[in-house]
Amino acid sequence: MIRFESVQKRYPGGTVAVEDFSCTIPSHTATVLVGSSGSGKTTLLRMINRMVDPSAGRVLIDDQDVATTDKVALRRSIGYVMQASGLLPHRTVQDNVATVPMLTGTPKREARAAALDLLETVGLDRGLATRYPSQLSGGQQQRVGVARALASDPNILLMDEPFGAVDPIVRGELQTELLRLQSELGKTIVFVTHDIDEAFLIGDQVVILRPGGEVAQAGTAEEILAAPADDFVERFIGADRGRRALRLEERDGTRIVVDGTGRAAGVLQAAEGDPAVPDGPAKDRA
Amino acid sequence: MSWVLGNLDVIGGHAGAHLLQALPAIVLAFVLALPVAKLAGRLGVLRGGISTAAALMYAIPSLPLFIVLPIVLGTSIRSMVNVIVALTLYGLALMVPAAIDAFRSVDGDVLRAATAQGYGPVARFWAVELPLAGPVLLAGLRVVVVSTVSLVTVGGVLGVPSLGMLFVDGFQRGITAEILAGIVLTAAIALALDGLLVLAGRALMPWASAGKAPAEPSPAGAPDPAAAAAGGAA
Amino acid sequence: MNQLLAALDWLLDPARYSGPGGIPMRLAEHLGYTALGVVLAAVVAIPLGLLVGHTGRGRGLAVAASGAARALPTLGLVTLFALLVGIGLLAPTLAFVILAIPSLLAGAYSACEAVDPRTVDAARAQGMTEMQVLTRVELPLGMPLVITGIRAATLQVISTAMLAAYVGNGGLGRFIFLGLKTQDYPQMLAGSLLVIALALVLDGALLLVQALTRPRGAVPAG
Repeated sequence: MIRFESVQKRYPGGTVAVEDFSCTIPSHTATVLVGSSGSGKTTLLRMINRMVDPSAGRVLIDDQDVATTDKVALRRSIGYVMQASGLLPHRTVQDNVATVPMLTGTPKREARAAALDLLETVGLDRGLATRYPSQLSGGQQQRVGVARALASDPNILLMDEPFGAVDPIVRGELQTELLRLQSELGKTIVFVTHDIDEAFLIGDQVVILRPGGEVAQAGTAEEILAAPADDFVERFIGADRGRRALRLEERDGTRIVVDGTGRAAGVLQAAEGDPAVPDGPAKDRA
Repeated sequence: MSWVLGNLDVIGGHAGAHLLQALPAIVLAFVLALPVAKLAGRLGVLRGGISTAAALMYAIPSLPLFIVLPIVLGTSIRSMVNVIVALTLYGLALMVPAAIDAFRSVDGDVLRAATAQGYGPVARFWAVELPLAGPVLLAGLRVVVVSTVSLVTVGGVLGVPSLGMLFVDGFQRGITAEILAGIVLTAAIALALDGLLVLAGRALMPWASAGKAPAEPSPAGAPDPAAAAAGGAA
Repeated sequence: MNQLLAALDWLLDPARYSGPGGIPMRLAEHLGYTALGVVLAAVVAIPLGLLVGHTGRGRGLAVAASGAARALPTLGLVTLFALLVGIGLLAPTLAFVILAIPSLLAGAYSACEAVDPRTVDAARAQGMTEMQVLTRVELPLGMPLVITGIRAATLQVISTAMLAAYVGNGGLGRFIFLGLKTQDYPQMLAGSLLVIALALVLDGALLLVQALTRPRGAVPAG
C-alpha cells in the first residue's frame, strides 16, 4: 500500500507543482493519476521512488516513510517505465532488461537468461535480445521498458505516460498487453496519463487531478462516469459535450449507439445471455 | 609598466598590424564558408570530403603552414598576405563545419512552409534560412574570431609585424612587461571582438536571445554549441 | 619548387638520423613533451569537466574559463614562462598544461551534456548511483566528445612544443628556428613538414581511437 499524506512540492523560485495531496493506493491494484499538464501527476509519481522529494508531507510504502529509505535501494526495488522508454542506447536489449539485477549483484549470465524470459513475458521475440534500442520500433522499445521494470520482480510498478509516444493502434496493443500482464502478476501499479479513456481502461482506481495536484475526484471508472463530482470532472471526461451519454438509434435497420452530440459511437451487440438486447435487427424484423 | 607607457606608439603600431591581418582573415573565412557549406549540404558526396579537408587543415600547426605556404603563393615568408591566407584557411577549417551544422539546424518544415508561401529559392535563403542558421553561425564565428586573433601572434617569430613581436622582442631583451602587455592586449582584442559579435547577434537575432517560455524545471539545459567546439590550434 | 626539393634532400640525408640533434631524437623529444602536457592536463581537466557536466554546477565558470583561456596567445605564454621560470622543462610544461586544459575541459563537460537527459533520468530511476550514472551512462555515451577534446589538446600541445624550441627547448621546432637563424629555408621547410606529419599522424591515431570507442547502438553524438 502506498499512502500520500498532505504532500506538497514547491520549487525554488516559487513554482508550486503540488499544493496539498493525500491519497491511498491499495496494493495489487492499478491506480491511474490523470490530469492535464501542470496537474503535478508526474511529480507525484516520482515522489514514490524519491526521484522527487516532497517539500512537505510524507509518502509511505507499507507504512514506511520513503524519506527514511536509501534512495538507490528504493529505486532498485521499484519498477519504472517512462514515456521515451529511457533505454540505454549503448546496451543491447538483453543488457537493458538485466540492468537492475546486475546492479544488485546478480551474476551476468543469470541476469541475461532471466532477461530472455522476460522478453517473452512482454510479448517480444527472443531474437531481439541482441539488438540495440535504436533498432527497435517505438512499441517494441516500450515493451522492453516494461520488461526492464519487471526484471527485479518489484512489488510496485510506476508508469509515466508509458504509451504516450506511440501511434493509437500500437497503444491499444500495449494497453491490452498491460491488462493481461497485470491479471497474471497483480503488481501495485501507479500509472500516469493525460488520456481519460486510457485511465478508465487501465485503472482499478482513477484519480482525476486539477492543476496543482488537487484531487477533483477519485473512484472507479463506473463511479466517476455515473456521478461526476463537478463541472471540472464533467468537462474532463467529456460528459459536458455529451460524449458519455449514449443512446440507441436505429438507422437503416441497424442499431447504432449514438452519443449526446448525435455522433455515431458504435454498434449495439448482444451481451451473452442478455435477452434484453436481440441478436440482430434482421431476426427482429422477421 | 613604465616600459608600456614609454612605448605606446610601438604597441599601437603592432596592434594596428595585428588587426590588419586578423580582420580580413575572419571576414574572408566567414564569407567563403557560407557557399562552401551550402554546397556541402546540397551535395552529400562533397560533405565527407569537405569535412575531412577541414579536419586535416585544422590539424596542421600554424608556424609550419606560414613557412610552407609561400612555396604555393610565391610570397615572401614575412609577407602579411601569407599570414592572412594561412589564417583564412584556419578560419575556414573551423567555420565550414560550423556552417554545415548551422544550415542543418534549420527546421526543414519551416523551409518547406516558406516555399509553400511563395518564397523563391534566393529570397528564401536570405529571408528565412540564413537568419534561422544565424545563432549556430554566430557560435562558430566567435570561435574563429578568438582563435584567429590569438594565431596572428605566431607570425612574430618570423618577423611579421603583430603583437607577437612584443613576445619576441620582450623575450630577447628580457622585458617581462613587454610580453605581459602583448598577452593582455591580444586577449583583450579577442574578447572585445567576441563581445561585439555577441552584441551584434542580440541586435540582429532578437528571437534567439529572448527568454524561452517558462517551462517546468528540467534537469539539464541545452548544450552550448560554442562550448562544444574545441579550441583553436596555435 | 627548388626549395621543396632542397627540403626533401635535407630530409633524406642519412646524417640527419643519428646523434642528439638528429631527427629521431628531436621527434622523441617532441612526442615526450606532447604526452607530458596532455597527460598532466587530462588528469586535472577531465575529472573536473565530468564533474561540471554531471552536476551542472560551475558550468558558467567552466565555459567562461575555457573561452577566456582560448584567447591566450601560445607564443606569449611560452616566452613569458621562459623568462619567469628560466631554462628547463618546467616553463614549457606549464604552458602545455595551461593551453591543453580548455579543450579537455570543454570535451569532458560537453560529453555529459550531450547525453539525452531522459536517458540519464531513466538510469537514475532504475536505481543507479550518481557514480554509476557517470561511469556507465554518461562517460560511455559521451566518449567521442571526450576524445574530441583530447585531439584538440594534443594538436595544441604539438604546436606549443614546437614554439618552445624558440626559447631553447628541444623537439622538431629546433630545425625551424635553426633554419630561421641561418637563413636556411630548406631546413625550415623540412622541419615544418616533419611537424605537420607528426600532427596529422597523431590526429589520425586519435581519430581511430575515437571510432573504436564510439558506443555501439548509439546515434553518433559528436
